[in-house]
Amino acid sequence: MTDFDKTRFRGEKLMCVRGERTVFHALDFTISAGGALTLIGPNGSGKSSLLRMMAGLLRPADGRMLWGEEDALDEIDEHGARLHYVGHHDAVKPVLTAAENIGFWAHLRDRGEDAVQDALGAFDIKHLYDVPGRFLSAGQKRRVNLARIIAAPAPLWLLDEPTTALDKATIKRLEAAIQKHRDAGGMVVLSTHADVDTPGAETLNLADFTCTAPLDEHVMV
Amino acid sequence: MGKFIELVKRDLALAFRQGMDSLMVVAFFVIAVVLFPFGVGPEVNTLAKIAAGTIWVAALLSSMLSLERLFQTDYDDGSLELLALAPVPLEVTVLAKVVAHWLTTGLPLIITAPLLAVLMQLPEDGFLTLLGALLLGTPTLSLIGAVGAALILGSRRGGVLLSLLVLPLYIPILIFGVSAVDAAIFDQAVRPHMLFLGALLVGSLALTPWAAAAGLRQALE
Repeated sequence: MTDFDKTRFRGEKLMCVRGERTVFHALDFTISAGGALTLIGPNGSGKSSLLRMMAGLLRPADGRMLWGEEDALDEIDEHGARLHYVGHHDAVKPVLTAAENIGFWAHLRDRGEDAVQDALGAFDIKHLYDVPGRFLSAGQKRRVNLARIIAAPAPLWLLDEPTTALDKATIKRLEAAIQKHRDAGGMVVLSTHADVDTPGAETLNLADFTCTAPLDEHVMV
Repeated sequence: MGKFIELVKRDLALAFRQGMDSLMVVAFFVIAVVLFPFGVGPEVNTLAKIAAGTIWVAALLSSMLSLERLFQTDYDDGSLELLALAPVPLEVTVLAKVVAHWLTTGLPLIITAPLLAVLMQLPEDGFLTLLGALLLGTPTLSLIGAVGAALILGSRRGGVLLSLLVLPLYIPILIFGVSAVDAAIFDQAVRPHMLFLGALLVGSLALTPWAAAAGLRQALE
């Protein structure tokens, strides 16, 4: 695995507004190379929104994010290239095989077939190589999606509830993958309700940044 | 360029393995045209007079049929987020999807058109011009349609909304497409009409990928 450049990813005074409600405000975070940040907080406190904001999918209503010293969102395509995002959906196409699903995303990031093999191995799904996505269980789809981010290295991993539908053995594999990524100087941000063991991770409680009365759970996506 | 081809290949693979989509478009095209002789009667002169217009209108409608799914499936399964974050500008991704859409719908329409022209008693002189006009016009349909398809993401009743958005914009293509064929039949200059169709194609090639990409980014927020 190649080592990533040493840099920092920071957010300053971030504010998130969804449907005219302020979800969080005045939120700061810093992640250094090799660091991990765990987002906690009740439903609707903005964990997913913060992750989408970090990915550049959601524009902050206020504040800014810095990659090293430059504004992270200035060159949105460049920002996309240095991160991997795992959201609520697994983006597994029912008519493509597991290997084709991973391969497509790997090819877009200039990775070849051997990277796909390694990624399948990392989550113990080599036997699913030519199984079409429609025959995969929820947990297997999640594994394919996680294998996707291993296939093509990118310094920043944004994982939104990555353990959903995963069994204990696979969570161990995910922890190992995260550790390997951090050892290479990568950064990880994850939101989770289950326990993912990330030694030395900082914790950010989103509840500290809500500014008004608790939100209804259904407001947040 | 390699990544552009990778994107087109993926959409083609998806279209072929899901199968029915482009077949249904062609079937709709044929049935829509075949209805006219039943409606206006089999009189040769009447049919010949409305042949070009009928074929063009049916082509517009059938090319619109499959537009709704241009981004919808990727939006639903989370692939669109990942495409937006991939190290390929979203405008290029849009263009690749439009090319794939045209190859799976526009091209089959052009191949079927001569058959329907025979059925509609289109005078022989108009055949080549009809094909040329369709060749210039149908890519524009896919390009303009992509903007509409991006704007309707996330709305219910998207299909109806899409036709309201897109069909008025199809009118110039219809006008020049039909008048080119009429000009050929009545032995007048075809060139100006073809040039207008070409100009519409070049213009939308330059503008619509940006508009559609902006629509997609909006939908992802």
